[in-house]
Amino acid sequence: MQRIGVFVCWCGSNIAATVDVEKVAQVLAKEPGVVFSTDYQYMCSEAGQNLIIDAIKEHGLTGVVICSCSPRMHEATFRKTVQKAGLNPYMLEIANIREQCSWIHKDKEQATEKAVILGRAAIAKVHLNAPLTAGQSPVTKRALVIGGGIAGIQTALDIADAGFAVDIVEKKPTIGGKMTQIDKTFPTLDCAACILTPKMVDAAQNENIDIFAYAEVEKVQGFVGNFTVTIRKKARYVNPDLCTGCGLCTEKCPQKKAPNEFNLGLDNRRAIYIPFAQAVPKIATIDADYCTMLKTGKCGVCSKVCTAGAIDYKQQDELVTREYGAIVVATGFEPINVEPYGEFAYKQSPDVVTSLEFERLMNAAGPTGGTLLRPSDKTHPHTLVFVQCVGSRCDGDTRGKSYCSKICCMYTAKHAMLCREKYPDTEVYVFYIDVRTPGKNFDEFYRRAVEEYGVHYIKGMVGKVVPENGKLKVQASDLLENRQLHIDADMVVLAAAIEPDKSARPLATMLTASMDTNDFFTEAHPKLRPVESPTAGIFLSGACQGPKDIPETVAQASAAAAKVIGLLAKDHMTCNPCVARPDELMCNGCSACEKVCPYGAIHYEDKEFRGPNRTMLLRRVAQVNPAVCQGCGACTVACPSGAMDLLGFSNQQIMAEVDAICK
Amino acid sequence: MQARLIQRAKELLESGEVERVLGWTAGEFFYDLTPAVFTTVEVLEKDFRYNVFAGANLSKYLIAESRKPGKIAAFLKPCDSYSFLQLVKEHRINRENVYVVGVGCEGKCDMEKIRAAGIKGVLDVKQNGDTLVLDTLYGEKTMAVADALAERCAVCKSKKFAIYDELIGEDGEDSDDSRFAEVRRLEAMTPEERFAFWRGELSRCIRCNACRNVCPACSCEKCVFDNPASGVENKAAASSFEENMFHIIRAFHVAGRCTDCGECSRVCPQHIPLHLLNRKLISDMNELYGAYQAGADMESRPPMVDFRQNDPEPSIVHERGNR
Amino acid sequence: MQVNESWKPTIVAFCCNWCSYAGADLSGTNRLNYPANVKIIRIPCSCRLNPMFILRAFQRGADGVILCGCHPGDCHYTTGNYYARRRMTLLFSLLDYLGIEKERTRVEWVSAAEGAKFAAVMNDFVATVTALGENKRLEDLRCKQD
Repeated sequence: MQRIGVFVCWCGSNIAATVDVEKVAQVLAKEPGVVFSTDYQYMCSEAGQNLIIDAIKEHGLTGVVICSCSPRMHEATFRKTVQKAGLNPYMLEIANIREQCSWIHKDKEQATEKAVILGRAAIAKVHLNAPLTAGQSPVTKRALVIGGGIAGIQTALDIADAGFAVDIVEKKPTIGGKMTQIDKTFPTLDCAACILTPKMVDAAQNENIDIFAYAEVEKVQGFVGNFTVTIRKKARYVNPDLCTGCGLCTEKCPQKKAPNEFNLGLDNRRAIYIPFAQAVPKIATIDADYCTMLKTGKCGVCSKVCTAGAIDYKQQDELVTREYGAIVVATGFEPINVEPYGEFAYKQSPDVVTSLEFERLMNAAGPTGGTLLRPSDKTHPHTLVFVQCVGSRCDGDTRGKSYCSKICCMYTAKHAMLCREKYPDTEVYVFYIDVRTPGKNFDEFYRRAVEEYGVHYIKGMVGKVVPENGKLKVQASDLLENRQLHIDADMVVLAAAIEPDKSARPLATMLTASMDTNDFFTEAHPKLRPVESPTAGIFLSGACQGPKDIPETVAQASAAAAKVIGLLAKDHMTCNPCVARPDELMCNGCSACEKVCPYGAIHYEDKEFRGPNRTMLLRRVAQVNPAVCQGCGACTVACPSGAMDLLGFSNQQIMAEVDAICK
Repeated sequence: MQARLIQRAKELLESGEVERVLGWTAGEFFYDLTPAVFTTVEVLEKDFRYNVFAGANLSKYLIAESRKPGKIAAFLKPCDSYSFLQLVKEHRINRENVYVVGVGCEGKCDMEKIRAAGIKGVLDVKQNGDTLVLDTLYGEKTMAVADALAERCAVCKSKKFAIYDELIGEDGEDSDDSRFAEVRRLEAMTPEERFAFWRGELSRCIRCNACRNVCPACSCEKCVFDNPASGVENKAAASSFEENMFHIIRAFHVAGRCTDCGECSRVCPQHIPLHLLNRKLISDMNELYGAYQAGADMESRPPMVDFRQNDPEPSIVHERGNR
Repeated sequence: MQVNESWKPTIVAFCCNWCSYAGADLSGTNRLNYPANVKIIRIPCSCRLNPMFILRAFQRGADGVILCGCHPGDCHYTTGNYYARRRMTLLFSLLDYLGIEKERTRVEWVSAAEGAKFAAVMNDFVATVTALGENKRLEDLRCKQD
């Protein structure tokens, strides 16, 4: 029989206001095996923890039940507490009488009664608890960063600088991400390429970093410290070891009709291409959708002009399998598709552009060489209208997102300012719901746009854009002046909401990392663990976790790197001791458990057992690798004989809880 | 047919190809042929029986027999061959130690059916083509074999063997889904009618464990109902609830592994149609997760240890209502 | 059946540790009410729920049993809830086949962010089971009515 101590927490008034904590302690004191029962204001405080330690020692407790907040909150805290007193940390159970009782019930009598029952269930379980010891598993000292934008690059550089190997997997032919397409950055107006490209080069030259560009993650197995990842290196049809990046092939290729992704399709590129001059790795890639040679077998111009002999039309995708201790997700964002917003005439007029397209039109490496020209007739625009919140903050509109995309206010201020600075003859209007500028030097930046650069900020939304005689007739409302406005604009720029990259959802499934309803990765704790996924060993960097500007992205990237370094610095991980354990005497060897195990933690061995009449029987029995088992319990139910049980959540323990609740 | 089987068994024993032969022998009554292992030609020639009452599925005995030293020959009817292969698939039978002699089968008879036809005092039965010749206290009577077939044979799932090493008689074809007719009839009832039906049936259970003991899928090293740690241990049910739990859990434990051999209902002394529980689960799995026949092959993944991302939600049970 | 005004069903809710238990916590954090006769048992994953536990609960006097887990595709252990889904589907179907009220059992997917859904689900489930009344049929199945 266990000697159980019950500790009922008031949590100040959080529990005590709706649960008669004193009565709970008194009633539970009468439960079989309970030798000590008390209540206290804050069990998690130092004084409260000391009270528990003292009681364990004084009363020789073998099991502890704490009636308090959710085990998700303080189970770890109290495990350490009982361990200090010399008890096995797994001789503790928590009855959740706050989140699942006092906070949801108003009637004190009912809540008290329920708290008693929850306490009883925990006591019933503790009676069947057994000391558990956590095993250890080695940590592979290499990290994988998925996504090679500024977030992934920063994370990789920081991890590499700490002396650990790190691989970057980037689906595009070059690393750099969205930042490569941006012209200038707010609030300093320094050029994006000038600050990004040196980092790209650093990453390429760092001996601790391997870059898999034009590659995707195909399969992820394992668990924290021990991931095995299969990476698909997509065929470039160019031998990366031979290609010098001279670019001759990209000039001679006769196929000129491939839309240029780097410029968002505003101009065309060749079928063999290097995305931009500072691409890393600087290797040509053949676009199989456009290459005449690959489609028809006739052409071969690039192969003829390549003096390095790097062109390889027979190249196949290659699968690479590597081991990692930690994985960082840095899959970033995409602007939403604004085509459903018919009122802004994006599909009707080429002069209605998204903000990212506008970046390209302002950029010296863009389709217009940095001169702002209307896409329709290549003329200089005089009146520009910027529309904010296209798809952001639109609750109830299925075309958009309910959240604020966070970056649009600032980049629009930047666009407006740059426009007025370069072309003082322009009139620039910005339509907004609110201008949000919470960031260092952000509001000052916005004020400059209004006060120094004379940008017309109008609170109100644009209702309609109608292309007419080469102009864009903009109908809008000015909410402060309470009037309708009609502006004949030359260009309209839409601040499209941003959403997680489309590759994030399947990746989350592979990683078993959770996501919110918008497909942003969920953090382990919204305030206290913002760069970790709830899945151990998976970390979050940049906009895959939520909309972010560059400084924030870099800050989070470095924070994620710090967490990864903390993990990789360990030689061993402590495993979860609540793992499956087979009873060999009952095991049929039928393989049902092995089939449902998501971790491959179960294998079979032929073992000799004593049979009747002094004979020996060779039987096939299941074996669980406790370092690999994550304790889900799928096998325990698949097992027809019930030979497989789960430590810490055994059949008997769960049934004891059931009995206590249903009594 | 009996003579052919004895002849072949004799050859196998005499040639030394096998050390033992698993077949049938006379039981307490002439109509309950009982599984038996023969090790000598003498006993084999004297006691081996095979006739329209050789319904017993011999597969389960091979779990123990195949682990003994030396090879054993086993006579398996088509439906028995599914149980056999399922057990091989679950690593329960040592395939190398078994020589499977397939025995073509046109269905086995049920004494109850003969009695139900009003034929009393039956002393012995002989088969003459499609006709049963019954030697009774009241003289010789005849009836069509088809009218005396056990229910499970009348709606036989397949006359095609899942596996054999050699064949006596003929390999047949898969049958249609007529075996599900009774399940459909129950499904079409209101819940109250179904409850009344099962209450009428299950209330007769005496918890003799015959269904469990005969079932090839119920061959665990240690049954959960005998295991004090399982939380459902009950050798003899203490309450009516435990009784029901027994049948529900048993049906669930064999789901995806039950080949629908129908032995549970054959041996039930209370004539409870227990196979209708298993058949319901087979029907559900076929409908919801794609057609699957346990024991039909070695490779396929049984539905209960498999999934599709777009499997129907459990609420389908609430939604589809009575059919 | 007579409905006793003051009668309250006993409801057992099995919640997976990663999504639904956290969802239940969130509904507490947000002070969203649901009846006190719902008692939660924490299990690591919905795939840990053995149908025997549900039957045990019914045997010991539960009137309704609900399983809550991560949404399919979001399982912390990747595939656990897919297996749970098949198992529960078959169990519920079998209970229904025996004529036992299928409304006494339910599966709901509740994420860690769906505190409001958790409370709504529990309110709805309690109302459903309350309307059904006491759980008698499993007990009575074997006993013939006079």
